[in-house]
Amino acid sequence: MNTKAVKKRRPFKVWIKSRDGQKVLVMLSFMIIPLLLLFVFTYLPFGEMFGFSFYKMKYTGTRKFVGWDNYLKVFQRKDCFGALKLSLYYMLGSIIQLVLALYLATVLSFKVKCGKLFKGFMFFPYLINGIAIGFIFKFFYTRGFVFDTVLQWCGFNLDNLPYWLRDQRINNFSLVGTSIWRYFGQNMVLFIGAIMSVDSSLYESAMLDGANKFQQFMYIILPSIRTIVMLNVILSITGSLSAFEPPYVITSGANGTGTYFVVMHNIAHTQQKVGLASAMAIILLIIIIIATILQKLFFKYVFRDAEDDDPKAGIRRDKKLARLAKRSVRAAEGR
Amino acid sequence: MRTMDYAKRGILAFLKYASLVFFAFVAVIPVVSCVITAFKTETEYQQTNVMTLPQNWLNFDNFIQAFQRANMGRAFFNSTLILICVLIGSVFIGTQLAYVLNRFKFPGNNMIRNLFLFASLLPGVAMQVSLYEIMYNLGFINSLIGYMIIMCGTDVISIYIYIQFFENIDIALDESAIMDGANYFTIFYKIHLPLLKPAIVTSCILKGVGTYNEYYMANLYLQDKKLYPTVATSLYTFVGPLGSQYNLICAGVIISLLPALILFILCQDQIYSGLTAGAVKG
Repeated sequence: MNTKAVKKRRPFKVWIKSRDGQKVLVMLSFMIIPLLLLFVFTYLPFGEMFGFSFYKMKYTGTRKFVGWDNYLKVFQRKDCFGALKLSLYYMLGSIIQLVLALYLATVLSFKVKCGKLFKGFMFFPYLINGIAIGFIFKFFYTRGFVFDTVLQWCGFNLDNLPYWLRDQRINNFSLVGTSIWRYFGQNMVLFIGAIMSVDSSLYESAMLDGANKFQQFMYIILPSIRTIVMLNVILSITGSLSAFEPPYVITSGANGTGTYFVVMHNIAHTQQKVGLASAMAIILLIIIIIATILQKLFFKYVFRDAEDDDPKAGIRRDKKLARLAKRSVRAAEGR
Repeated sequence: MRTMDYAKRGILAFLKYASLVFFAFVAVIPVVSCVITAFKTETEYQQTNVMTLPQNWLNFDNFIQAFQRANMGRAFFNSTLILICVLIGSVFIGTQLAYVLNRFKFPGNNMIRNLFLFASLLPGVAMQVSLYEIMYNLGFINSLIGYMIIMCGTDVISIYIYIQFFENIDIALDESAIMDGANYFTIFYKIHLPLLKPAIVTSCILKGVGTYNEYYMANLYLQDKKLYPTVATSLYTFVGPLGSQYNLICAGVIISLLPALILFILCQDQIYSGLTAGAVKG
C-alpha cells in the first residue's frame, strides 16, 4: 500500500486520510502492541534460550561456549532424559481421564436428576489454583489422613496401605490421580458441549430401531464428537510429555516423582545450570512438535475423509455415518 | 418379559446414579476434608481424625489467623488490581488483533496467526529461564505493571474466540457504515465492540480464572512477598514455617478459592459455554 501512495505521488497528509491510508493506520495501531508483546515475551526469550543452550553458564558471571555439549549431556545424564519415562504414567492417566469424562458426559447429556449439581461438583476442581491443589493433596495423602480414612471406611486396614507420596511403587500414580481429579470435570464439560450439538432426532430414530444406549453411544455420539475427542487426545499426549504441576506443587519432584520439566526447573533455578536447562527445553520442544505432527498424520490417515476446515462437510459426513450406523444397528437386530 | 425389562432398566439406572454419586464424591472429598479441618481448633485437629466433624462450625479463628499471616488482605487487593488491568488490557489487545486479522487481507495475515499458534506450543515453564533475564533488563522484577503486561500477552484461545465471533458479524454492516462515512476506528469501537460482548464475557471468564490462579510467574517476578503477594502466591507463606499445621493451611486454601467458588456459582453456564467455545478451535 505504501508503494501505491508513492506511485500516485500524493502527499502523505492526503494519503493518510484516504481509505488506504486509514486501513494501514488502523492495522498498525491495532497490531503493534500484540505483536510487540508476542515478540518480547515469547519469541525473543525463545531465541535467547536457543542461544543459551550452547553455553555453559549461570544467570550471572561469565559464559563459555561449549557447542553441542549440553545436548549430549541431556541424553547422558541419568536424571534428564530418563525423566521422560514418567510421562508414561501421565499418558495412562490422561487416557483414563478421557474415558471417564466421555462416560460421564454421555450420562449427563441426557435427563438426569440433579444433573447440574453433579456437573458442578465434578467441574469445580478445575477452578482451584495450583498451590492450593498442592496443599490439598499433601494433606489428602498424608499417612492416616483423608485418603487413608476413606479407605478405612471401605474396610481397608491402615497397616496394609502404602505411603502414597513416599512409596516409589505408587507415588507417581498418586500424582497422576490428582491430575485426573483436577481435569476430568473440565474434559467432561467440553464433551457435554459437543454431545449437545448432536441432532437429537438421531436418538429418536435409533430408539425406534431398537438401538440400546451403548449402541447409540458407539454409532451416534462417538462419531459426532470425534473431532473434539481427537483434539483432546493430542493435547493430553503433549501435556503428558510436559507434565509439571502435580509433582512440582505436591512433592517438588522428590522420591522419584520428578518429571522432565520438574528436573529442568531444578537444574535451571536450584543448580543454575542455565545452558543445560535450555538444551533440555529445546529437546522437549522438538519432541513435542514431532509428536504433534505424527499424531496429526496418524489421525489424518485413520480418518482420511475428515476435512476439518469445512464444517458443513463434517455435518454431512456425520449424518452419513449416523445413517450407516442405524443401518448396521438394524442389521445387528435382524440377526 | 416386561418385568425383566423393568428390572434391567432399574439396574442400569441404579448403576448410572451410583457412578455419578461416586465420582461426585471423589471430586468433592479433598475439598470437603479441607473445609472440615479449617474449622477445627489446634487441639481438636491434633486429637481427632481428619474426617471427624468439627465441634464448632462457627470457629473462624483459623480463617482470621491464616488471612493475617499470609497477608491476604494485600493479596486480594493485588489480585483484584491485576485482574482488572489484565482483563481490560487483554480485551483490547485481543479484539483489536482479531479485528485486523479477520477484516483485512494483507500479506502476512496467515503468518501472524501461525506465529500465535506456534507460541502456544512453546512450553511456558521452560521459557522462564530466558524470560527472566528480559524481565530483569526491563526492570519488571517486583513490578506489578510488568507482571500485568506479561499476563496481557499472548493468549491464543481468546484471540480465536474473537476471530470466530467476527466471522459471524456481517461484513455488510461495515460496508454500510463506511458508506455513511465512518472510519475504521469508529466502526470497531461503535459497531463491533458492542456486538462482541458475549465473546468478551466468555474470554474474560477464561482469562480471569487463569490470571487469578496463576502462581508460577507471579512467584518468579513478584518476589517481594510483603508488597506484592497475589492470592495464589500468598499461600506460599504456609510452605515453610507452618509445616503441618493443616488447620491453618486449610483455612488459607479455602479463603483462596472462595472467589472462584462464588464466580462459579453465579455464572456456571457462562463458564461452561466459554470453555466449550474456547476448545472448538483451540
